[in-house]
Amino acid sequence: MKYIDAEQVSKRMGTRIAKNNLLKSLFFMATLFGLIVLAILIYRVVVDSVGWIDWNFLTGKLSTAAERAGIMGAILGTFWMMLVVAPVTLILGIGTAIYLELYAKKGRFQAIIQTNISNLAGVPSIVYGILGLTIFVRAMEMGNIILAGGLTLSLLILPIVIVAAQEAIRAVPGFLSEASYGMGATKWQTIKNVILPAALPGILTGAILALSRAIGETAPLTVIGIPALIIPFPEGIFDKFTALPMQIYYWTLDSSLVAEYANLAAATIVVLLLLLFVLNSAAIFIRNKFQQRF
Amino acid sequence: MAANSKLERDHEIDVKQMIEKNKQSKSFSQVVEKIVPIMLFLFAIITVLTTVGIVMTLLSETIEFFKRVPIWDFFTGTVLKPMSQNPEFGVLPLINGTIISSLIAMLVAGPIGLMAAIYLSEYASDRVRKVLKPMLEILAGIPTIVYGFFAFTFVTPVIRSIWPDVEATNILSPGIVMGIMIIPMIASLSEDAMSSVPNSIRDGALGLGATRLETTFKVVMPAALSGIIASFVLGISRAIGETMIVTIASGSSKNFTFDITQSMQTMTAYIVEVSGGEAAAGTTIYYSLYAVAMTLFVFTLLMNLLARYVSRKFREEY
Repeated sequence: MKYIDAEQVSKRMGTRIAKNNLLKSLFFMATLFGLIVLAILIYRVVVDSVGWIDWNFLTGKLSTAAERAGIMGAILGTFWMMLVVAPVTLILGIGTAIYLELYAKKGRFQAIIQTNISNLAGVPSIVYGILGLTIFVRAMEMGNIILAGGLTLSLLILPIVIVAAQEAIRAVPGFLSEASYGMGATKWQTIKNVILPAALPGILTGAILALSRAIGETAPLTVIGIPALIIPFPEGIFDKFTALPMQIYYWTLDSSLVAEYANLAAATIVVLLLLLFVLNSAAIFIRNKFQQRF
Repeated sequence: MAANSKLERDHEIDVKQMIEKNKQSKSFSQVVEKIVPIMLFLFAIITVLTTVGIVMTLLSETIEFFKRVPIWDFFTGTVLKPMSQNPEFGVLPLINGTIISSLIAMLVAGPIGLMAAIYLSEYASDRVRKVLKPMLEILAGIPTIVYGFFAFTFVTPVIRSIWPDVEATNILSPGIVMGIMIIPMIASLSEDAMSSVPNSIRDGALGLGATRLETTFKVVMPAALSGIIASFVLGISRAIGETMIVTIASGSSKNFTFDITQSMQTMTAYIVEVSGGEAAAGTTIYYSLYAVAMTLFVFTLLMNLLARYVSRKFREEY
């Protein structure tokens, strides 16, 4: 103890503790910063949209006259597009996850697919837009219809769904499938009747979160070429369409020309955020209600 | 005894029938067992095909572009005038816009995200963390188009009221908003890295009389450095690929400038502008779309590979 100067230590201790407390509050404020911005953002959007969301806005057709404009076409477009995205990503995503987790031999090939998936997750969404434009819209001659947009967004969120499904399958404990094999079930019977049902809540939670990402995605749709024109309501996946985020985009761009368009954009944002909120709540509900702990 | 043997005989018949039945259904289920892995394999191949599709389309059209515009002119040209009579295709204004907007974003997201990560990992109690972290993650779930609207209709006017020189479309405002969008990503990834530093090391430092702050800076952060750096690199990659915020709030000026009060175009915004303008297939503008997209793709790919390399190579194992 003779090497420690007690007086010196106690003299320094005060500033050291003060520094600790000062920076602690700074760190806390940094954490709050994001939340404050979030509050401002939501407040601004809601204030701008007050008085603009009514029955006519929700069910009406697009119009250049701000007072008469409605977003039913965009809502339907988003709805139809999700009707393409949901089954495609679920089937491909779960299928790929089952293959990688339960069938593929651990080796170079499996490693390549796995690396490839994590690389795909990092590709900017606009590059997927170019892929969609080149393959679906031009090469397959679909044109800018709902199916083309839906398939493009499916490819975009596929890596997210695969990774979520892989984690859910991995979380199913081995004794369940061993019990199934012990009863004489085949591999596919075990997967179908034991592993998938146990993993389903986790898979669905991930898939819903991925779907809400697809709903808000704008960049790929701008590349595919969604017209800013007023088009009839889409009635199926082969119709031309517009979608909620595209409508926000066009109205925000034109708000420097017509000030009321900013209100329309804000009102559409409120609708979009509410939709995402409902979806996210559903995901959290499924996770809490059906997730089994083993 | 007699009753017993009768029972046995009954059973024998039953089992025989069961085996017969099983044999029939077995042939069906055996076919299923063979087909299913093949089908699932084909599903898994689609992700590989996606990558091949991206690389092939970008590559073939980019090569076509370089037949018309020399590759050297493209990468060293500071003039970008795709629509004019004598079009010029220098990509440097776009790269410049991309780097500057990403730099601004990281100046916001880097410090704030890291400080938030330190708070959540080192200071916050479990209860506080359980409340704050999901709330922060809401920020990450908001569509980028909403941030674009926010940048254009709120942040830009606020900046202009403080600094009147700033133009209506400028690179500063979308850069800041992009930073806000990236905060949760850096906070969450860095927090993961710091939380995985074992408590025994932390306790060692605290036991020697270090304050929380000293423990954080001298013990926890060096140990988690690879994860923190990887989160920053991923943040940059995210900023480079971000599209809607810059498209809306930064306009489409193709000037080669370092003045952040002015409008600048990023690579992503150029792609939106050109493809939204229905560039006819076969024109040089149309092919320039692919050359720019290829540059963007390579940029983000390198960043993602770098992030993975850093977190693998320099990971401290405990």
